Amino acid sequence: MGIRFILMVNKQGQTRLAQYYEWLTLEERRALEGEIVRKCLARNDQQKCSFVEHRNYKIVYRRYASLFFMVGVDDDENELAILEFIHLLVETMDKHFGNVCELDIMFHLEKAHFMLEEMVMNGCIVETSKANILSPIQLMDKAH
Amino acid sequence: MEQLKTIGRELAMGSQGGFGQSKEFLDLVKSIGEARSKAEEDRIVLSEIDILKRKLLEPDIPKRKMKEYIIRLVYIEMLGHDASFGYIHAVKMTHDDNLLLKRTGYLAVTLFLNEDHDLIILIVNTIQKDLRSDNYLVVCAALNAICRLINEETIPAVLPQDLVSSFVSILKQVTERRLPKSYDYHQMPAPFIQIKLLKIMALLGSGDKSASEIMYMVLGDLFRKCDSSTNIGNAILYECIRSISCIIPSPKLLEAAADAISKFLKSDSHNLKYMGIDGLGRLIKISPDIAEQHQLAVIDCLEDPDDTLKRKTFELLYKMTKSSNVEVIVDRMIDYMISINDNHYKTEIASRCVELAEQFAPSNQWFIQIMNKVFEHAGDLVNIKVAHNLMRLIAEGFGEDDDDADSKLRLSAVESYLQIMSEPKLPSLFLQVISWVLGEYGTADGKYSASYISGKLCDVADAYSSDETVKGYAVSALMKIYAFEIASGRKVDVLPECQSLIEELLASHSTDLQQRAYELQALLALDARAVESILPLDASCEDIEVDKDLSFLNGYIQQAIESGAQPYISERERSGMLETTDYHSQDHHEVPSHALRFEAYERPKPSSLPTQASTELVPVPEPSYYSEAHQPISTSSVSERESSEIKLRLDGVKQKWGRPSYQSSTSASSTPPQAANGTSSHPDVGVGSSSLKPRSSYESKKPEIDPEKQRLAASLFGGSSSSRSDRKSSSGGHKPAKGTASKPPKENPIPVQPPPDLLDFGEPTATGVTATDPFKELEGLMDSSSQDGGSTDVMGVLYSDAAPVTTTTSVDSLLSELSDSSKGNPGTYQSQTSKGPNSKEALEKDALVRQMGVNPTSQNPTLFKDLLG
Repeated sequence: MGIRFILMVNKQGQTRLAQYYEWLTLEERRALEGEIVRKCLARNDQQKCSFVEHRNYKIVYRRYASLFFMVGVDDDENELAILEFIHLLVETMDKHFGNVCELDIMFHLEKAHFMLEEMVMNGCIVETSKANILSPIQLMDKAH
Repeated sequence: MEQLKTIGRELAMGSQGGFGQSKEFLDLVKSIGEARSKAEEDRIVLSEIDILKRKLLEPDIPKRKMKEYIIRLVYIEMLGHDASFGYIHAVKMTHDDNLLLKRTGYLAVTLFLNEDHDLIILIVNTIQKDLRSDNYLVVCAALNAICRLINEETIPAVLPQDLVSSFVSILKQVTERRLPKSYDYHQMPAPFIQIKLLKIMALLGSGDKSASEIMYMVLGDLFRKCDSSTNIGNAILYECIRSISCIIPSPKLLEAAADAISKFLKSDSHNLKYMGIDGLGRLIKISPDIAEQHQLAVIDCLEDPDDTLKRKTFELLYKMTKSSNVEVIVDRMIDYMISINDNHYKTEIASRCVELAEQFAPSNQWFIQIMNKVFEHAGDLVNIKVAHNLMRLIAEGFGEDDDDADSKLRLSAVESYLQIMSEPKLPSLFLQVISWVLGEYGTADGKYSASYISGKLCDVADAYSSDETVKGYAVSALMKIYAFEIASGRKVDVLPECQSLIEELLASHSTDLQQRAYELQALLALDARAVESILPLDASCEDIEVDKDLSFLNGYIQQAIESGAQPYISERERSGMLETTDYHSQDHHEVPSHALRFEAYERPKPSSLPTQASTELVPVPEPSYYSEAHQPISTSSVSERESSEIKLRLDGVKQKWGRPSYQSSTSASSTPPQAANGTSSHPDVGVGSSSLKPRSSYESKKPEIDPEKQRLAASLFGGSSSSRSDRKSSSGGHKPAKGTASKPPKENPIPVQPPPDLLDFGEPTATGVTATDPFKELEGLMDSSSQDGGSTDVMGVLYSDAAPVTTTTSVDSLLSELSDSSKGNPGTYQSQTSKGPNSKEALEKDALVRQMGVNPTSQNPTLFKDLLG
C-alpha cells in the first residue's frame, strides 16, 4: 500500500540504493529500473512534471546533483507529499552525514537503508521526525 | 583449550540466566544449538514437548516458571512442532498485571494464534481492558496484539466509538502545533501526519453527512493556514481538496477548494498544474461548472509538451465529457492515441475513446468513423467485444426503425471501408469487421458489383494470408455475396482469384478454413430458393431456429416405414433388449450406456439378436467394439436413432484395425437391396440425411457372400477366414493379421457366414455416397500396394457414387474421381476396366456403407490427397 519502491539511481543508470516494498524477481527489478530511469532521464531536459505514469502506478522523482531519487507509488497517493518526502529523506541523510553526496550513500549503504527503514514500513510513511529517525542510528554508531 | 572454550561458554550461558531461567531452559537452548542434524533436533524437541506437557499439568505453577514454560513453547513452535496444548496458558498470562509477564503473554499469543482462532474471544476482553490502562506501555502491548489478532468481527469491540471527532481533534491539535518541534518540517507541523489524517477523514466522511459536518471547521482552518508558497503546504492543500471531494462538503468549503485549484492552475510549476488538473477532475463530479472558469488553463495543459500533464488532462476531459463536447474530446484523444508508443497506455486510451463514443455518440455516422479510426490505429489492442458491438450496431441499426437511415449508414460504412482497405498493414480485428460489413452489405445497395466486392475480399485474403481469422471472415463474406447474388437470381460469376483462393483453402491446414471453403463451394451449386433459406439477406442477428425433433424428416420416415423399415425404438427399450440378447457367457451385466467399461465385452451372438442386425454379428475374438452387431448405417446421426440396438452399427464398415474377423452375414447386404430407398429389412434404414444424396438402402446386410469374392479374398489375404460382411478389416494395415483371421469363425459358436470378402469389389454401392472415408483411402492405398489388380478398385469403390456402380475403377480413375468429388460434383463414376468385378462391387458397397456410418457429412476427398499422391 502507498509506496511500492524507493530507488536511488545515478545519471549513468547505476543503482545506488533500492528498497522494494513488494516482491519482484531479479529480472523484473532490472527491467523496471532500466525503464524508469530511461523515462526520467529523458524528461529532465525540459520543464516538466516530477511525476511520471508507468503502467498502473506513478513514479515521483527528483534529481539531486548526480543522483535521481525515484519513488513508485500507488495511484491514490498524494504526489506532492511524496515529493516532499523525498526531500525529507535527503535532509535527514544530510543531517547525519553532513553534506551528503553520492559517495556517502555508496560507502555507507547500510546506514542509508537503516534510515529509510525507520521512515517507511511496509510502504507507509511512519516516521518523519528527524530526531526520532536518527537516534537509533546514532546509538548504533556509538555502540561501535 | 577445548575445555577452556566449554567453560567460557558455560559461563556465558550462565550469565544469561539472569532472567531467572532454570537450568533446563539453558540446557534446551544449548542442545538445540548444538544439534547436528534435524533428526537430533526433532528428538530434543519431542522430548521437550513431553516434559512440558507433564509440567503444565501440575497445579499452582509459579508465574516465573510459567513464563519460562511459555518461552519454551515458543521455541517448540518456532522449530516447527505443534504446541497447542500450551496456548491456553499463554492466554492466561495476558491477564497478568506485571508488564513483563503480560508482554510475554501477548507475544506468545500473537505468535501462536491468528485472527480466526477460537481462543481469540478470551483475549478480546483483556485487550479492551488494557487499551484503557494508564500505563502507556501496557496500551502499546495491547495495540501490538491487535494488529495481529483482530479480524472484521472483533473490530467493533476494540475500536473507539466516536472516530470522527477523535480524528478531528487530533488534527486540530497538530495544526495548533501541539506536537514537539522535532516533527516540524519546513515550518509545517507534522505535515505527513496531517496528510494521513486527512485521508482517514475522507474515508470516514464519505457519504456521511453528519460526520462531514464535524470536519468542516478544521478543514476550513487548514485552507486558511496552509502556506501555499511551499511545496509541502501545497501538498496539504491538495489533500484537503481531495478529502473535500470525498465527503459531503459545504458550499464554503467548495469555494475554498475552487480557489486553491485556480491558484494551482495559474502557477508556472508543472507540478502544481498537475495537481490542479487532478483536483479539478475530482471536483467536477460534485460541481461541474467549476471547470468553466478554467477552460483556458486546461487547454494550455492539453497542448503542453509534457506528457504526464497531457495524460492527466485527458483524464480530466474524460471525466467531463458530455454530448456537447464529445466530438472534440474524442478527436483529440484519438490523435493522442495515435502518437503513443506504449501499448499499455494505448490500450487504455483506446478503450476510453470507445467508451465515450458509445456513450455520447451524437450521430451514427460519426460513431462509425470514430470506431474505424480506433480500429485502424489500435485495432489489435481493443477488446474483441468492441468489434462485435460495432458489427451488431451496423446490423441492427441504432434503435430507430428507420430503414432508410440504416441503409444509408451501411452504405457509408461500406464506402469508407472500401477506401480504407487499400491502406497497408491494417490490424487484424479491423479487417475482420471490414470483411464482415462488406459481406453483409457490400452489394446491398447495388452500387458496387459483386465482382468488385468479391475482388476486394480476395485481395484482403491474399494480402493477409497468414492471418487465419481474417481469411475466415473473408471467405464467409464471399459466401454471403454469392448467396445474395444467387438468391436474387443473378448468375454468379466466380472470379479467378476467388476460385484460386477457394481451392487453396480447400486444402488448408486449418479445418475451419477448409470447412468454410467447402461450404462456399456447396453453396455455389445450390439454387436460389435453397440459398435464400440458408443465408437470408440482412439476417445476421436473427436467431437460428433449430428443430430438435427433425420434424422435417417425418415424411421420409413415413415412407420408409411403409416400405417395410422398422420403426424407431427408443433407447430405453433398447437397453431392455440388451438384457435379453444373448451375449456370450460370462457376466452379462448391465451395460450402462455411458459408463466406462472395464470388463471385456461379451462375445456377440449373431443370430440370436432379434433384429436383422444380429445376423451381422461378427464373432470377434478380441474385445473390440466391433463385436457388436453392426448395422448398416444410412446416416450416422439419424440412423443411430433408428437403430434398434445400441451396438455400434458397422454394416459395411470395414474393420480397420485389429484382427480380421468379421460379420457373418453382411455379404447379403451387398446384394441388390440397394435400391435407393433403403427398403431393406434393416431397421435403421429409414431416414437418410437430407443433406446427402439419398443413400438409403445401405442398411441392408449382405446375407451371402459371393464365394468368388471369398476366394479372391482368401487368395489375397492368405486365407483369412473371417466372414466378411459390411465390415472389412483394415486390409491394408493388417496383412499379417489377416493370415490369422482364420480363428474367428471357429470360435464363434454360431455358424458364420463365409469369411468376409475383404475386398468385396463386386458389390455395387447403393447409395450416393460421395463422402470419402479417409481410412478407406488408406486401406485402398495399402491394398493397392499388395494386391495385384484388385486393389486399384478399392479406390474406385471408395469414391463411387450413389448409383450402383458395379464396375471397378483403376487407380487413375480414382484420382480423377477424387478431383471430381472435390469439385463438388458427385456424379456417378464410371468405373473402368473391371478387375475382379465382384470384389470390387462388394468393396464399393462396403466403403459406402462404412462411409455412411462413420464419416462426417462433409466431403473432403482431398484430405488425403497428398497421401494418395
